[in-house]
Amino acid sequence: MSKTMKGSYALMESLLHENVDVIFGYPGGQIIPAFDALYDYKDRIRHILVRHEQGATHAAEGYADISGKPGVVLITSGPGATNAITGIADAMMDSRPMVVIAGQVSTSLLGTDAFQETDLVGVTQPITKWSYQIRSAQDVPWAVARAFYIAKSGRPGPVVLDFTINAQNEMMEYEPCTCDFIRSYVPVPDPDEEAVAAAAEMINNAEKPLVLVGHGVTIARAEKELLDMIEKAGLPAAWTMMGESAMPTDHPLNMGMLGMHGNIAPNRKTNECDVLIAVGMRFDNRITGDLNHYARQAKIIHFEIDPAEINKNVKSDVAVAGDVKVTLPMVTELLKQRGHKEWIDSFKPSAEEEFRTVIEADLHPDESRDITMPEVVRKVSDATGGEAVLVTDVGQNQMAAIRYFRFKRPRSVVTSGGSGTMGFGIPAAIGAKIAAPDRTVCLFCGDGGFQMTEQELGVIMQEQAGVKIIILNNSYLGMVRQWQELFYNKRYSYTPMINPDFEMIAKAYGIPSRTVNVRDELDAAVADMLKDDKPYVLVVNTEEDGMVYPMVPAGGKVTDILIGLGLRDN
Amino acid sequence: MENTLYTVTVFSENTPGLLNQVTTVFTRRRINIETLSVSPSAIAGIHKFTITVFSDKDTMEKVVRQIDKGVDVLKAYYNTDEDLVFQEIALYKLATDKVLAMGGIEGIIRKYDARVLEILENCVVLEKTGLYKETQAMFDELQSRIGVLQFIRSGRVAITRGKVERLSDMLAKMEAKRKAAAH
Repeated sequence: MSKTMKGSYALMESLLHENVDVIFGYPGGQIIPAFDALYDYKDRIRHILVRHEQGATHAAEGYADISGKPGVVLITSGPGATNAITGIADAMMDSRPMVVIAGQVSTSLLGTDAFQETDLVGVTQPITKWSYQIRSAQDVPWAVARAFYIAKSGRPGPVVLDFTINAQNEMMEYEPCTCDFIRSYVPVPDPDEEAVAAAAEMINNAEKPLVLVGHGVTIARAEKELLDMIEKAGLPAAWTMMGESAMPTDHPLNMGMLGMHGNIAPNRKTNECDVLIAVGMRFDNRITGDLNHYARQAKIIHFEIDPAEINKNVKSDVAVAGDVKVTLPMVTELLKQRGHKEWIDSFKPSAEEEFRTVIEADLHPDESRDITMPEVVRKVSDATGGEAVLVTDVGQNQMAAIRYFRFKRPRSVVTSGGSGTMGFGIPAAIGAKIAAPDRTVCLFCGDGGFQMTEQELGVIMQEQAGVKIIILNNSYLGMVRQWQELFYNKRYSYTPMINPDFEMIAKAYGIPSRTVNVRDELDAAVADMLKDDKPYVLVVNTEEDGMVYPMVPAGGKVTDILIGLGLRDN
Repeated sequence: MENTLYTVTVFSENTPGLLNQVTTVFTRRRINIETLSVSPSAIAGIHKFTITVFSDKDTMEKVVRQIDKGVDVLKAYYNTDEDLVFQEIALYKLATDKVLAMGGIEGIIRKYDARVLEILENCVVLEKTGLYKETQAMFDELQSRIGVLQFIRSGRVAITRGKVERLSDMLAKMEAKRKAAAH
């Protein structure tokens, strides 16, 4: 039985049909009818009013990461839509499910440069999985069903629905629509038994295996399947930034982080292992450095859901296409119980070297030094006992947070990986907290990133979202400053910043805040921040010239690791 | 670096914006499209793209997978000339008075296996199908002898020689999979 209603109401019904209960949005001229309909659905759909459309997209990303459901964004045409581009591109890079519904001018005005008209489908096509213009109300249930199916199936990603205002206002006959098949779209390739057998044999014969854990493990919720595999075959495993928290930090087979600011041991061992087993990762250049010197000695096994990623950057000897939640157990079943003790022990000297040369000084700096970013991160991590959700912005704050925060629970990291979007942090943390109100959500951001989206403190105030914001304030755009120090002759071109009083900004929004300048006050301040579930801004003024080490310089070999000024390992 | 002419074939749903989606994959990798032809395929509602580009095998492999990833793309593959039977079509517009003054146009038509499409008071339009170098040779001869008023060449149309999975079979398989999943 169909019901007669406006296209805008059909949108609400269709969203309910997809089990949507939260929307991040911002009204504007061409989306008013949809917001008018939303007013009648207030009891079923919670709308979070952001302060800028970019905030809506990042909040939707944080929400998607923690809930596993697509984040939904509702915005207007023209500038509203273009403001969302950064977040859409970010979601595409990091494979996050997101459905963006944007208003559009009336069909009769399309192509005439009408007020607030932007060719959103054209602009977003290269940065979405699917981008579609709804020109008739009758299209709504089909388009919404298809959008959600595409956003969340296979390798997830963002989808855009460009919703003309006449289609919002038109009457239509609503009937619920579900989409679970598109004939031109294969979201998950069928596992190939031969590849599974070949992978198992290669792992069984390996003397020096190394597993690389990527975001795909978290997306597939295959954390248990991963542990089953590495524990049965005794495989040491390292992770990409996006793959953090798929394994508990203190798991004996967890060898740490890969890539530019990863740990020394797994980067070195990448070029010593005999079999490299990549699971749900895409060999990003921040992981591999110079491909001509990347794991050339190793046989490569690639577990991957997206066929376009196979052999894109690194040629694999065995490609196991499919969903890792399915393919990992298939391989594990064929694996022999192994230990690889000697090989695993061989990681220790590099780990000890890193501890001696980098970690010790990061976490326990000389009393003469100002507060370091790592010691703040570790204090907050210890105080939350590995149970918190970590959200980061981008830059040195991000690297310190990713390197030193510790995890017991999967699905606990929200960060901008592929895009490296400064300003991601505050809105993403809001989305994460809304997805998991019972968990402590800690955001680390720099003074630069904070100021890119600080207007979203208004959302924290309005929703009383209990986000714990820790500003690691070094009064510099720290990561660029680091590159300038190392590679640009210490010419600090426009990286020093004169900052506002962050505490006063927090107070303007009624958010409790405290500033810490000296080490001795840190414990008390962290305890104060975590004493309840209310929002909090903790400003920590850190040393200005802190560096993130180890560092594989961009385009360098993964074994060519800087561990401090003048110290270089070949 | 290898630089071979590859023919990329793409079958897709007939959705607006798809051409843009396909060509972007080439643009991003800075590959110049030599010829492009898009038309309805034998199956209703499905369009076929035939694109030629100079590139290398490794790049083609990646490009085709990237195109194939598009939600509305049914199938994309690439071939070299050895795997294909292909043709282009060219039209030549000549001034009627010059054609008559020259004499012997019948000989040229016979030599190049061309045909006459139209003879008007002011112009004659010839058509020739063939490979690029064949249509070019006829152009060169006409141009040097009497001049060509207008010349237009189509993109390539191509059919594979080898046994490839037919699109209709692939669609049937997808439908069967859908039915199996529904049960």
